[in-house]
Amino acid sequence: MKLYLKFIAIQLKSQMQYKASFFMTAVGQFLISFSAFLGVYFMLSRFHSVKGFELPEILICFSVVLTSFAISECFVRGFDVFPRLIQSGNLDRILLRPRNEVFQVLTSNIEFTRFGRLLQALLMLVYAVPASGIVWSFDKIMTVVLMIIGGIAVFSSLFVLYAGISFFTVEGIEFMNIFTDGTKEFGKYPVSIYGKGILKFYTYVVPIALFQYYPFLYLVGRSDSIGLIFLPLLGFLFMIPCYCFFRFGLRRYKSTGS
Amino acid sequence: MIELKNISKTFKVAQRSAGFSEAVKALFKKEYTYVNALRDVSFTVQDGEMVGYIGPNGAGKSSTVKVMSGILTPDSGECIIDGLTPWKSRKEHVKNIGVVFGQRSQLWWDVPVIDSFELLRDIYKVDESGYKKTLSALTEQLNIGDIIKTPVRQLSLGQRMRCEIAASLLHSPKILFLDEPTIGLDAVSKIAVRDFIKTLNRENGTTVILTTHDMQDIEALTERILLIGKGRILLDGTLSQLKNRHSTHKTLTVDYIGEKLPEAENMTVVKDMGGHAEIVIDTSLISVSQAVAQISASVELKDISVTGESVDETVVSLYKEFNI
Repeated sequence: MKLYLKFIAIQLKSQMQYKASFFMTAVGQFLISFSAFLGVYFMLSRFHSVKGFELPEILICFSVVLTSFAISECFVRGFDVFPRLIQSGNLDRILLRPRNEVFQVLTSNIEFTRFGRLLQALLMLVYAVPASGIVWSFDKIMTVVLMIIGGIAVFSSLFVLYAGISFFTVEGIEFMNIFTDGTKEFGKYPVSIYGKGILKFYTYVVPIALFQYYPFLYLVGRSDSIGLIFLPLLGFLFMIPCYCFFRFGLRRYKSTGS
Repeated sequence: MIELKNISKTFKVAQRSAGFSEAVKALFKKEYTYVNALRDVSFTVQDGEMVGYIGPNGAGKSSTVKVMSGILTPDSGECIIDGLTPWKSRKEHVKNIGVVFGQRSQLWWDVPVIDSFELLRDIYKVDESGYKKTLSALTEQLNIGDIIKTPVRQLSLGQRMRCEIAASLLHSPKILFLDEPTIGLDAVSKIAVRDFIKTLNRENGTTVILTTHDMQDIEALTERILLIGKGRILLDGTLSQLKNRHSTHKTLTVDYIGEKLPEAENMTVVKDMGGHAEIVIDTSLISVSQAVAQISASVELKDISVTGESVDETVVSLYKEFNI
């Protein structure tokens, strides 16, 4: 853990070497998410509700997804840009050091500019919470926290899966973005609005409904079963196959020439 | 001790011909060829030895180094280094080795060198007193005291290479792999790097395995040479053995007073301009001193120089001989 903090320090120092670039990227990240927020906002100021969900409710859902996505992209960035690590040969360097591979991939790239996005997500939450009319109690706060934690687990697993695939393709493959960025886009609204099929897909295949939809039902008072609060923790189960796949790829790894 | 037994590794390489239509075809159906990167590679290196590993591009040098450093898992064969199999006990094994890739950096690009060193200290769990001692010794020997506070991206290649070498020795490894450590360096840096490696080997007894295309590196550093070509170990011997085996021919360049050199047995005059001549002799038939005695018996010598084949030429003829 101490070593992790040292890696964070060196990454921060590196990124601060290019201050202008750093802050502009952070601001850019903020603006991109902000425009997505405006999209939702204008849509709902016209239609008032989508499948019975109103703006503040949807914003809570959106901000939870965005928060967990931003945090994952910041700290699990190493897996997100993993193809670069293979191509540059830096994975060889990682294998030459007497530390866990996953730990080293995590510390190879920490993207602090994603705080711009995180800030936007938190602002949205701050706006939506009082507007939603939810009576905030301990269990509801718990629900939001667990939703975010579960979200981080699922998004991180997706990045790890993506990294595992790039062992076989070397190039990162664009289609995986359907699952990472696409999931973030889908996650703007409670996934049930897309219909039963999509809901099933996002429950059993890419389990974002586990942290984004079911506990959300409890949060906004559409369901009373208290068990839904803990559903996001199942997201951690998704890590297992993704991690195994990554290990499988690592065993088959052949490094680039010279 | 490093022991390799019958190591083999095959890579699958996608092939396609040039042209757009071929590229489209390759999208759907790929043709593969199998490249035998390593075939039955076996050798042993004792502790404290310094070995030069040579061979043309793509011969399998880097693959062997990667197998020995645990990055690459071979298809078959055994490799035991100080009792460990590199790809099985990776973490244990890499604590004992240092690796320098001439073409790749292991330092963090945007921060001062010393920051990278300190992070490496923590990665390798080197204790503070040991680290201080090693660091001061390395900064002195490699003469990097002035530059370790500079960000890596602002260093020249020669400065960076010296820092790279220091970085891979911070944990005092028993074995050092150098993959083209002098590539792209100027004469001064090259000599500095060579001197350092020599001292390291002599004083700390570090086992050094060096791959290079620079034959002067080999001449300056190593006694023993391993030649690899097309994935096979072709030769294992000393540098002088190699030279002798290949060049029994020596060229004598003589300046003399007189008109013309007389013909003599076992000596071929390749060039004679009256006063200056080049003669090639075969040392298996006539020794240099005999030849000189014969020449000086017939003409008055002003100057004489003897040149053998250069190491580069030896290597070229070796490559030719083995058809690689």
